[in-house]
Amino acid sequence: MMTLDLNTIWFLLVGILLTGYAVLDGFDLGVGAIHLFSKSDRDRRLLLNSIGPVWDGNEVWLVTGGGALFAAFPHVYATIFSGFYLAFMLLLVALIFRAVAIEFRSKQPGPRWRGFWDVSFSVASIAASLLIGVAFGNVAWGVALGPDREFTGVFFDLLNPYSLLVGILTLALFMMHGSIYAVMKTEGALHDQIRGWVRNTMIFFIVMYAVATLATLLYAPHLSEAIERHPVLFIVPLISVLAVANVPREISRGRDFQAFLSSCLAIVSLMALFGIDMYPYMVYSRPNPEYSLTIYNAASSARTLQIMLTIAWMGIPLVLAYTVSIYWIFRGKTKLEEETSY
Amino acid sequence: MDLVTLSRIQFSLTIAFHYIFPPLSIGLGLLLMIMEGCYLKTRNPLYEEMTKFWVKVFGLTFSMGVASGIVMEFQFGTNWSYYSRFVGDVFGSALAAEGIFAFFLESGFLALLLFGWNKVGPKTHFFSTCMVALGSMFSAVWIVVANSWMQTPAGYHIVGMGQDRRAEITDFWALVFNPSSMQRLSHVVMGCWQAGAWLVLSVSAYYLLKRRHEAFAKASMKIALGVALLSSVLQIVSGHASAVVVAKHQPAKLAAMEGHFEADAPAALHVWGWVDDRKQELKGALGIPGALSWLIYGDASRPVRGLKSFAAEDRPPVNVVFQSYHLMVAIGLILFGLSLAGVLLLYKEALFCQSWLLRIFMFAVLGPQIANQAGWMTAEIGRQPWIVYGILRTHEGVSRVVPAAQVLTSIILFAGVYLLLFALFIYLLDHKIKHGPLHAEQLSPHGRA
Repeated sequence: MMTLDLNTIWFLLVGILLTGYAVLDGFDLGVGAIHLFSKSDRDRRLLLNSIGPVWDGNEVWLVTGGGALFAAFPHVYATIFSGFYLAFMLLLVALIFRAVAIEFRSKQPGPRWRGFWDVSFSVASIAASLLIGVAFGNVAWGVALGPDREFTGVFFDLLNPYSLLVGILTLALFMMHGSIYAVMKTEGALHDQIRGWVRNTMIFFIVMYAVATLATLLYAPHLSEAIERHPVLFIVPLISVLAVANVPREISRGRDFQAFLSSCLAIVSLMALFGIDMYPYMVYSRPNPEYSLTIYNAASSARTLQIMLTIAWMGIPLVLAYTVSIYWIFRGKTKLEEETSY
Repeated sequence: MDLVTLSRIQFSLTIAFHYIFPPLSIGLGLLLMIMEGCYLKTRNPLYEEMTKFWVKVFGLTFSMGVASGIVMEFQFGTNWSYYSRFVGDVFGSALAAEGIFAFFLESGFLALLLFGWNKVGPKTHFFSTCMVALGSMFSAVWIVVANSWMQTPAGYHIVGMGQDRRAEITDFWALVFNPSSMQRLSHVVMGCWQAGAWLVLSVSAYYLLKRRHEAFAKASMKIALGVALLSSVLQIVSGHASAVVVAKHQPAKLAAMEGHFEADAPAALHVWGWVDDRKQELKGALGIPGALSWLIYGDASRPVRGLKSFAAEDRPPVNVVFQSYHLMVAIGLILFGLSLAGVLLLYKEALFCQSWLLRIFMFAVLGPQIANQAGWMTAEIGRQPWIVYGILRTHEGVSRVVPAAQVLTSIILFAGVYLLLFALFIYLLDHKIKHGPLHAEQLSPHGRA
């Protein structure tokens, strides 16, 4: 059994923040990705209002994850963000556009105004999901690093087939997750219509998941070493398969909330699988694995990790308290109201 | 242009654009607390209307701040990767603390502030308003602490050699309470309060001049004037305290702020002047001899360290620091004068008919914005050539792996996006202002007419 040293704890904590991001912003990115499938202004407003009070808080998980990465593993933060420069600039522009599209769309009634922001919102959501997935794909597949820990490749290296596959997988996952969230938050005809989208996005996701798993086993054997050595960890991918399989069962029984929880569990287990595959690497170096960034050679000093842990123990209960209360207060089906709606 | 210059241009573009919005949110946050507090106490629907109107404006500035702020969180890594490796152990903690203590608090309660009117009671809503305001203040605390560490590093030691050289924390509280953090924090927060107060004053003056929503405008103006006067007085105090810290810990910056070149002579306080950076001399200046020495040491004859005592490669660009500093001070004094005049006239019950002053108020909204930008330019350009004062030079901090052409591409990308966003922001703000508060026409100062 491994002991939990500070570096491992921070590997887990950064992982938890990014998982929180994937679970929470995952559904609002997904709602964005399917936004244009809804046709009437009323339906689009309902979809926007279903994520209205929470999307901003969801994005904070990414910002805090980035901050925690900077503080706990500065070399990972520096290498990835400078190495994937153009990709991150595009991601930032996508996130900016998405934020303002949500905010600006409702401010004018004209169909061209709204149409422009609808397209911006949806395209930006799709682009952000893809780019996040491609970044994760590259980190797992491996990027060219030099002895000075700097990225030595070029932009087009990042568009390798495996990483693109992980990008599409991420998009499919978020679309499925977002559709299930939307089913949970809507009623009537829109609700029934979105149930159809859940089926389609699930098929999309399952196909991509199968292809990605096959590609990982065939082409990225370094990612399955951990499970080979500790077969008990096989339970993690099993949970994700069972969680996904449970979604249509819950939907057909009309238990939308349970279906959503199941989808959350699927994302958590996929992120756990990613963490298990990577540990103790944080950025895999290819073709020179000895230059890889690990939780040890990329970390801050033990003192900083300890200080940050104290900060985390103080902050996490507060964060969970806010998150749970907000979701509780805004629970139930989304309605369009006079004063408070987009 | 070379990589370092391009990276600096990008950072200044994105930070300057971002910094339009958080001060408005922090200032409006305080005003909303006061307005909604008045409503809870008096139950006068006028205050409710005020809160609801200014919450909408707050929502707009806040979302612009979030959208432009995401860039800031990642830009250290994208464009300043060596800097990130060097300071991550120290600087990263403050940034992570900002995320976990400030951003979650703000964004969580923001949902209730914007969408919670019918979901929670008035007291809970007021509590949310306070939490959002507090969260935005926490955000200022951590980010100013981090920046102050770059100005006056403390609580760290340097370890490693070559590629592995970096700063590591030795004392967290010494990092947080580094020599300049508290003075600079109060200076920044007062600037934010002024930004918020003058936005409210400007819009209220506009309504009064147009004879629209008059009861609403008068009540808003009273609250905002109080905040504007208080913060402009405290601003002068905190500005003085900050300058004393700069004199002690960043003498080259202070010398640039005042155009003081003589290595070791009593220094004058200049009212204006123009610095020839090439010849390194101050021209056409009007100064009060010895006044800078007196302000810093209480002794007009005491020498102040001048720029000539620094090697040429350790001096900041002087003229831009001199001019932005003087612009900031001038605006600060004008805002103090305007808010004092406003309060005196209010006391004499003669403010609301002074259309000349109201017209000035309308445009004075630009004052705190320009002063805030100029103040940050003084602080950041005055720190040059260092990215972390005395430890790491700016050109060392840059991401060497990013091709200059890609930085140029991203500058063009951000410039385009920000231009569009700014135009939309102004358009929507104007729309909200023209539209005005919902029911204010039927409200009198004593409630519904």
